[in-house]
Amino acid sequence: MATLQVELVAVERLIWSGEASMVIARTTEGELGVLPGHAPLLGQLAEGGVVTVRTTEGEDMVVAAHGGFLSVSDRGVSILAETAEISSEIDVERAREALRRAEERSDDPEALAAARRAQSRLRAAGQDV
Amino acid sequence: MAGNLRALRRRIRSTQSTKKIFSAQELIAGARIVRAQARVEASKPYAREITRVLSALAGSASLDHPLLTERQDPRRAAVLVITSDRGFAGSYNVNVLRRTEELLSLLRQEGKEPLLYVVGRKGETYYSFRHRTMADTFTGFSEQPNYVDAQRVGEVLIGAFTDGEDDDGDGPGADGVLGVDELHIVYTEFRSLLSQVPVAKRMAPLEVEEVEEFEHEQEDRERGVARGSGASEVPTSYEFEPSADVLLDALLPKYVTSRIYAAMLEAAASESASRRRAMKSASDNAEELAKNLSRLANQARQAEITQEISEIVGGADALVAANTDD
Repeated sequence: MATLQVELVAVERLIWSGEASMVIARTTEGELGVLPGHAPLLGQLAEGGVVTVRTTEGEDMVVAAHGGFLSVSDRGVSILAETAEISSEIDVERAREALRRAEERSDDPEALAAARRAQSRLRAAGQDV
Repeated sequence: MAGNLRALRRRIRSTQSTKKIFSAQELIAGARIVRAQARVEASKPYAREITRVLSALAGSASLDHPLLTERQDPRRAAVLVITSDRGFAGSYNVNVLRRTEELLSLLRQEGKEPLLYVVGRKGETYYSFRHRTMADTFTGFSEQPNYVDAQRVGEVLIGAFTDGEDDDGDGPGADGVLGVDELHIVYTEFRSLLSQVPVAKRMAPLEVEEVEEFEHEQEDRERGVARGSGASEVPTSYEFEPSADVLLDALLPKYVTSRIYAAMLEAAASESASRRRAMKSASDNAEELAKNLSRLANQARQAEITQEISEIVGGADALVAANTDD
């Protein structure tokens, strides 16, 4: 079976790379699923978006990616993000705390961005926001 | 004589304790270099990918983005200088600042007014001591820069650059804010553990060769399409979501920021390398000094003993002489 070579790259380090059977992402235009053999594509990920990578073992890896791009080429899929976190590494308590703090100062644009980041972290961790 | 010996001993003790400080600094810097190098390595995949994405975009988007176009009659140029927060790093800061001065006078010759943006406390003190105005300063992260720090710097610089887009000669344009027409960066490139070289680069408008490089790549691909076969790489024509121009808009500032980040990481590695070298020679010198001082101290001690003996002998002789006289 054909697989996708997926690279998840954050600015500070390569977070994950491996094989996957499918990648689901939300771009600024809408939800998008990438299967092996997808046409080359460049997309901007929606702010506070979540990317799901279905690995060849059949497990879903959910990633919170902030300020990111998705590039699909014949070589595979690369997800570029300013910061990215894999769901299993997300500290739900801390994200909730961050969200609560950010919502208290909701008039500040920086706090809004922080709130969106916290929301996407929580969503990636499978929590309701 | 006794006072001299005591002074020497005190100096030996203080030299030895400064030497301890130097060698501790040397060890810390050594550990930091390794970490900084690892971070430079870790940041490479992103830089590679973002360059690849940009080159894919370059062929499809119209290349008239403000960050790419050369401005007519550039009047002001922002210069970002990356120095360290702490001293004890040998000639590291001096070299960067000297390179900056060269760039500044070059810019002035070209009729552009340079604006200083300084990273690091050492650069800040250098310019404020000389009563030179700085547009902005950023301190507190020179040894271990985070991407967030680079983002903060990038935002300020790109903001100033976009403000300068509509400037009319020396007067602010429609937005009423004076901006800059060029962005330059001066930092220390980490070539190896032994050689770190201060370099000055232009970040925006992005160097023309680079854009051409993207275009060439794209042309090559297009030629590949025209020939239909023979090209080793399958020609890629990307779909864009949203449109290529919107993507370029979002991507270019991130590209500039990632270059600032890369420069900061290199500078941090260079800083630690310079510091380690400076501290190594400082602790070597301290050891040398302690050795010379202890030689002097030994001499003084021996001279003291010799004098005491000759005094005793002289005294005994005098007593014997007095007794025989009787």
